Amino acid sequence: MVVKIITNFFKRMFSTIFKGKEDIKLGFYGPPNAGKTSLANRICKDWTGEELGSVSKIPHETRNVQFKEKVEIEYKGKTMTFKMVDTPGISTKIDYEDFLKYNMNKKDAKKRAKEATQGVIESIKWLEDMDMVVVVLDATENPYNQVNITIIGNLVARKIPVLIVANKMDVKKADLKKIEAAFPEYDTIGISAKYGKNLEEFYESIFKLSKKL
Amino acid sequence: MGNKNNLGKLKGFAIQFLPYSEIKNLDGDGRIKKILGIILGNSILILQGKLKPEEESRLIGDTMAMIGHVKSFKGIELAVIADSKEGFLGKMRKGIVNALSGGDLGAITIIGPASVVKEIKRNPKKIELLLS
Repeated sequence: MVVKIITNFFKRMFSTIFKGKEDIKLGFYGPPNAGKTSLANRICKDWTGEELGSVSKIPHETRNVQFKEKVEIEYKGKTMTFKMVDTPGISTKIDYEDFLKYNMNKKDAKKRAKEATQGVIESIKWLEDMDMVVVVLDATENPYNQVNITIIGNLVARKIPVLIVANKMDVKKADLKKIEAAFPEYDTIGISAKYGKNLEEFYESIFKLSKKL
Repeated sequence: MGNKNNLGKLKGFAIQFLPYSEIKNLDGDGRIKKILGIILGNSILILQGKLKPEEESRLIGDTMAMIGHVKSFKGIELAVIADSKEGFLGKMRKGIVNALSGGDLGAITIIGPASVVKEIKRNPKKIELLLS
């Protein structure tokens, strides 16, 4: 009993000492084709010179969780180190026939659909391991989608700080106010990952969010 | 509800209402099993109350695991209607009712197989089921 108490004490002490040195796991979550990888690529390119993953107009391009370790971001003289975790888009349905519209053959479409379903499962599994999460939404789409609500609900239940990013603000029909109205309890910022628009405000929000850790 | 122009193409489906009492005493596994059982029977489920966030994500995960393994199953369409714009007193009253009943009975969850429900369109004021 005494040995167990002493062991636990040292375990707690060491984990506290070393926790401060661990990279902050920053997850990018959201529905497919919202621009999670585009945003993660933009950040990684800005601070490491390398991109994280490939992007495509065909949904479910990211079908595995992908990482970039030791991404040092500097904002107003402060530096923080992140482990960027880009996740496959979460959806409630996947039909291989949808991929056929993109001139994909049946075999490849079926393979993509199978990998996409596994990607969604992987994304959900990783949720609880995140320190902070950026929920990336397509500002041209209706935000009242249950997937968005489910993702945010899970993060809140696990007390993981959330930042909502309304991406594709460069597109004419993008509606930031609609997204803000759908999630009034969370900080929401509008960006264009494609053109790197409003990234300064994004970094400011990330540093602000890290104070909740 | 539904797209008037498509009604002629429907092959038939059922709408099943599930009172919260039917799932109240089930654990997360049991609830998801029961829901997916109804969905696989090609029924649209209207559930009184709502699932916990972790049960919702589990439902999505289990749905994904079934795609490709169950013939013609493409997933689900899901929407929860809940009144979130309440004042402090409203929230407190709801909290007491929920604690006594064991669930959020003020909410309604609609779940349908993606092969039957093409889309659940929602905005703060209305909800529309677009059928395949």
